[in-house]
Amino acid sequence: MSSNQTDVIFFDENGLRTDQRKPDEIRPMKIKIGVLSRANGSCYLEWGANKVIAAVYGPREAHPRRMQLAGKAVIRYRYNMQSFSVEDRARPGPSRRSSEISKVSREAFEPVIFSDAYPKAAIDIFVEVLQADAGTRTAAINAASLALVDAGIPMRGLISACAAGKVGGKIVLDLNKPEDNYGEADLPIAMTEDGKITLIQMDGHLTPSEFEEALELVQKGCRQVLEIQKAALMEKYASIMGDEEGEVEVEEEIEDEADDEDEDFTEFSNDAADATEEEFDEVTDEMVDAFVSRVSENLAKDISDLIHEYEVGGSDSDVDLADGLFDGDIDICVRDADLKEIDELITEIEDDDDFGSDDDDDDEETDIFVIEADSAGDSDDEDGGEEEDEDGGEDEDGGEEEEFEYDDEDEDEED
Amino acid sequence: MANEVLSALKRDFIHNLIVEGKRADGRGFLEMRDISVRTNVIDKAEGSAYVKYGETKVLIGIKLQKGTPFPDSPAEGIIMTGMELNPLASPDFEAGPPREEAIEMSRIVDRGIRESHSIELGKLCIREGELVWMVFIDISVINDAGNLVDASCLGSIAALMTAVIPEDAANAFPSMPMPMQNTPVGVTVVSIDNNLFLDPTLDEENLCDTKLTVITDKDGALSGMQKSGCDSLTPEAVVKMVNLARDRAAELRERYLSHLSIRS
Repeated sequence: MSSNQTDVIFFDENGLRTDQRKPDEIRPMKIKIGVLSRANGSCYLEWGANKVIAAVYGPREAHPRRMQLAGKAVIRYRYNMQSFSVEDRARPGPSRRSSEISKVSREAFEPVIFSDAYPKAAIDIFVEVLQADAGTRTAAINAASLALVDAGIPMRGLISACAAGKVGGKIVLDLNKPEDNYGEADLPIAMTEDGKITLIQMDGHLTPSEFEEALELVQKGCRQVLEIQKAALMEKYASIMGDEEGEVEVEEEIEDEADDEDEDFTEFSNDAADATEEEFDEVTDEMVDAFVSRVSENLAKDISDLIHEYEVGGSDSDVDLADGLFDGDIDICVRDADLKEIDELITEIEDDDDFGSDDDDDDEETDIFVIEADSAGDSDDEDGGEEEDEDGGEDEDGGEEEEFEYDDEDEDEED
Repeated sequence: MANEVLSALKRDFIHNLIVEGKRADGRGFLEMRDISVRTNVIDKAEGSAYVKYGETKVLIGIKLQKGTPFPDSPAEGIIMTGMELNPLASPDFEAGPPREEAIEMSRIVDRGIRESHSIELGKLCIREGELVWMVFIDISVINDAGNLVDASCLGSIAALMTAVIPEDAANAFPSMPMPMQNTPVGVTVVSIDNNLFLDPTLDEENLCDTKLTVITDKDGALSGMQKSGCDSLTPEAVVKMVNLARDRAAELRERYLSHLSIRS
């Protein structure tokens, strides 16, 4: 941040950044949930050239015992960089930097995890950075957030992280490597679903007005990330439901609305230009959350269509790259162009809702994984409900083998 | 890792299966799990490989750094092999300095590469006695479902074979592919109830008392061996295990390494 290299060119003549992004555009993100068989929950995430993998273990007995807390679970977060993840080999093991990141990231999750449900237990979050390219801490948090959901840890909502910064005197979203190295400021934040900031760091130089602009922008970035995270979860759980007893319900659900949705989609893309950002801003957090959970299947389907388009169209080799690390189809792969469409979709769905679609209740029944965007004011009632949902997810998620092992361990302990 | 707790129930289950000539995952005794090797998965590394043995997943990265050579080999490059048992790979791994097992396994991998003279270390010399390339082989375990050693051996060689030494213009050292002249492959054989098994899963590793890792080079000669575990082996059993491992290593080399070359 500190280097004042003015000879670095950050924008081309069209105002695009070194990687052809617009100033308020995030890098493409790819997510695959549930990639590790031994972890309770896991998530592989690529964000630009960043590659991170997160695993969650627990709630399990906190060890060493002196770490146990009488009234709640201790949350542990380990951010670690692989020695080969950076240009010059990094010394393995914790550094001062990684210790700090681990601490602030843990604190980013403390407010959303129902840790008081598990006294004396530990919830371990491990994130390994396999390849680093600016913004690893935010990528790590995004992956960890999904791994927690995959592990069935009861949470008040997802955490989404994104960074903004200043390069060449201009506020931009999601810094890339040259911008991070030679830019003037970096502002990573993590946010809950209802817009509360759980992590904020800043280095560099920003005037108060620039800071406000950056904060505004970075919140928008977080919201985009949140939509991608939600879509990835929907994709993941829709596929599980497809495999198991929920099959019939889901398929019906999708088929029922497939036609309508298609119509909406084409209709909307006609006047896509009208979908200004103002319109999006009008959709408050609560509205978005409510609508998103209500139309989960639709959205999941549309996004999978989008992905399919990209895969078939072979627009980029990116998808294959992620396949290189993990089997099977990517759960979700969203480019910024798609984001706009998702935003539009949400707005559209809202409009749709105004006309009064009457199948809301059905949706909620089949929506097994509800990551409720509950406002932080959590009543006991909500708590119970959420646990139930998450447990449901866990049951479906854990393979047979995994459950078996888990049982064994329990037995051993009892012995 | 071979010291996880295994319930008596599961122990009996595996034993009973073996009596019937079966394995828990339906494989034959000498059958390997599905193996996949992908190279160049990490752009920032000079070489990399992502290896899967069934659910076991290991990521290997090769980094190169310039350093001073050892006084007893002033014109040779240096190999350093490290292994990290990431806590995300297993509920039993903990953060912290490498454990005994990690050190043992990385040394097995190192031995195979070093003793078979896989890398032509003389070609890694930049200025004799002053500057040589140090080759860091960093093995990162992503998911431990048994037989980490074999996966690490195979992945390390695959990563080395696809590694590129960067140019050092200041010293007139041109960029070149890693000078490889041998491809050692390690195969671990375990013995349970006097039956020999290849590619043990985690449960089988926990069940068996002793395993033998045999590393053979491209000519079928042995370049490294390690017995690991508390039980004894008869000389006859050792010979049998070595032959078994050598044959299988040749197959693996042909199938997963023969087509590898540096990234284009």
